[in-house]
Amino acid sequence: MNKPIPNSQLDAAAPVAIELRNINKRFGPVHANKDIDLVVRKGSIHGIIGENGAGKSTLMSILYGFYHADEGDILIDGQKVSIADSKAAISLGIGMVHQHFMLVDNFSVLENVVLGAEESARLAGGLDRARTELKRLEDEYELRVDPDALIQDLPVGLQQRVEILKALFRGADVLILDEPTGVLTPAEADHLFKILNVLKEEGKTVLLITHKLREIMAVTDTVSVMRRGEMVATKHTADTNMSELAELMVGRNVLLNVDKQPARPREKVLVVEGLNVTDSRGVRVVKDVSFDVKAGEIVGIAGVSGNGQTELMETIAGIRRATSGTLQIDGERIDLAKAAPSPAEMRDKNLAHVPEDRHRMGLVTSFAEYENAILGYHNAPEYSKGWLLDIAAIKQTAQAEIEKYDIRPPDPLLKTANFSGGNQQKIVLAREMERDPTVLLVGQPTRGVDIGAIEFIHKRLIEMRDAGKGILLVSVELDEIRSLADRILVMFDGNVVGERSPDADESELGLLMAGVDGDVT
Amino acid sequence: MFDTFILILDSTVRLSTPLLLACLAGLYSERAGVVDIGLEGKMLGAAFGAGAVGYLTGNAWAGLLAGIAVSIGLALIHGFASITNRGNQIVSGVAINFLAAGLTALLGQTWFRQGGRTPPLPEGGRFENIELPFAEAMRDVPLIGQIYSELLSGHNILVYIAFAAVPITWWVLFRTRFGLRLRAVGENPAAVDTAGISVIWLRYRAVIVCGMLCGVAGSYLSIAQSSGFITNMTAGKGFIALAALIFAKWQPLNAMLACLLFGFLDAVAIRLQGQELPGIGEVPVQFFQALPYILTVILLAGFIGKAIPPKAAGVPYTKERT
Repeated sequence: MNKPIPNSQLDAAAPVAIELRNINKRFGPVHANKDIDLVVRKGSIHGIIGENGAGKSTLMSILYGFYHADEGDILIDGQKVSIADSKAAISLGIGMVHQHFMLVDNFSVLENVVLGAEESARLAGGLDRARTELKRLEDEYELRVDPDALIQDLPVGLQQRVEILKALFRGADVLILDEPTGVLTPAEADHLFKILNVLKEEGKTVLLITHKLREIMAVTDTVSVMRRGEMVATKHTADTNMSELAELMVGRNVLLNVDKQPARPREKVLVVEGLNVTDSRGVRVVKDVSFDVKAGEIVGIAGVSGNGQTELMETIAGIRRATSGTLQIDGERIDLAKAAPSPAEMRDKNLAHVPEDRHRMGLVTSFAEYENAILGYHNAPEYSKGWLLDIAAIKQTAQAEIEKYDIRPPDPLLKTANFSGGNQQKIVLAREMERDPTVLLVGQPTRGVDIGAIEFIHKRLIEMRDAGKGILLVSVELDEIRSLADRILVMFDGNVVGERSPDADESELGLLMAGVDGDVT
Repeated sequence: MFDTFILILDSTVRLSTPLLLACLAGLYSERAGVVDIGLEGKMLGAAFGAGAVGYLTGNAWAGLLAGIAVSIGLALIHGFASITNRGNQIVSGVAINFLAAGLTALLGQTWFRQGGRTPPLPEGGRFENIELPFAEAMRDVPLIGQIYSELLSGHNILVYIAFAAVPITWWVLFRTRFGLRLRAVGENPAAVDTAGISVIWLRYRAVIVCGMLCGVAGSYLSIAQSSGFITNMTAGKGFIALAALIFAKWQPLNAMLACLLFGFLDAVAIRLQGQELPGIGEVPVQFFQALPYILTVILLAGFIGKAIPPKAAGVPYTKERT
């Protein structure tokens, strides 16, 4: 399956379909696309790979006219164009299959295909001609789907086909697919790749956006790698390999030195057995995961983001429901499918959780710091006077945590949104760590945090470990995992594909993260 | 007995008309994803505009145009708040209701000095009833003749417009490009946006159509059904229309049936005022007046199955950051 598709059109003489020059896009303080240059040749399948949040979707949305670049030029067939909206992109022959399908659920396939491309104000005759044209496209590209079926009755694989047909119906020459296999079963994904090859043979240009290395190797001719908003490399797929791409994607960081003694693990404090989780779209995101965490050790979960780590953490924390599996904590065995505890009940079992996304799940940013300092623990007797909150006690706690964690500015009354990212993270960490948990779940503890704060956070985590807590750490920063964890579990596609010691070779871990040479496949 | 029944049905048609127009108005707006709780206010504003201009010009059509203009103006305020500025649609709708209730009373008193009413309309300022051909000749034919001459004939033009609007609305929604896009934008505006169609302009057009129909509904009250504007003359009809819309599951034909039902209840209530019912005695008027509301509550509480609103209704459209 690693065999790249032979392609004679890849020589530099092949005409350029799309060229991006110096594209920049900012969302407030976030620089989502930084000086992006990209050349895509006609009749090729060009992959763009990068982690979640690397800026791939933003870049494609700019090309499709959904967003406007702050700076930069777009050239189609060598002509400089301005893409004001999606309508302009469509008329330039660009079609896009979005990650979340842009379909109207209670419309038929035919209605969805013609929406926006109707012939005239009256539908009648145009619909019949559209039906004929749709039939022709279905035959030409082997994309069979019942034109009268309602979208809501179709499986996701077929919904995606409708999206592709929609683009072809509008005469797209360039087809952008944003994370197309995220919702597909492996068989559906294989079929999609066949379709992409048919499209290529018909002379269409395909841009495939993904964070999955396998797909890049399986189907693309050329590949560009994005990391943190920057385009870091463009290569012929045949000239590269998965581990090189993985390295480019994640990026080599300076290994932060963490001063620590060898762990002295004791009894098991968290045991997960046979955990399976299905997300809201019915895709299995955690598959038969079993592991344990002992008191006095840090277990790190490594992996390219989007391989089930988030769902695993959320399920253990009681936020997400499992389809099967058990959890043993605090000496109690819980069936996560039948009697799933709520996040509050998990907290009562001495499990603390530092969520990956502090803005969405860790904080209420419009609350004052002292209010966030007890969020989730607000029912605890020490913060209550009868059925009223004991504001004085809460502020005292907040003040103590501010001092201990050096949270700046040291003002418990300040709105949390006004703290910097690193200090917000410290507020969450302080809240969860200071409740003396038995088990601590930590997701991306240093995402968006400056170097000084990173060091502090790492030190606190080691202190917690040495105080006999069991810590489960999820991070996309491989170096962070390697420097903190005492054992590393690697997740790929919902499976734990291997366990390694933190001294393991980096390229070996990289391959595991890419789903190659796993213990389980 | 049969005569009485025909008479009740006849007034059912008259009483349903403003409900039906307002209900269809709401249908256009909500199908496009803009929840409109301000139907009441727009009707009231239109009733005042039509009453005032009808009185001043003595021309019913000028009154109607004024009513529609006032209503569209209010609709555009709603659109500006909820589409352009992505405000809360309920709050905006409530504001329009208050605005209309206050302004009509204030302007009515300032301009006409009759306690907020407009003076009775002069000759020609009111839509007169239309006798359909042969209505007089058919009157003596049993059953069919009575239905034709009493029930179908003898209404003003706005009644016929209201009922003609039902199939037209159905046709527009399900057989035209505008309708396809309108329904799509109420379900998944992102799909419309990515198909290269302006979500904002589409929703504005829906809101304007809503304003037009509300304008006709309000004008009907002041220059067709009655002769002049009275303070708060809509008396909750906009809300009943909204209930009928949910009851009708946002379908035009159902909307007509729902409005006829509510109109019928109203007609029965008027008919039974002060009459003794065998075995029960005199039923208080208030009971019949409350009946449409009670029925709405009961029906909406689960007798009609689940009413699934357009998926994007009430949600301002923002391009999402991915």
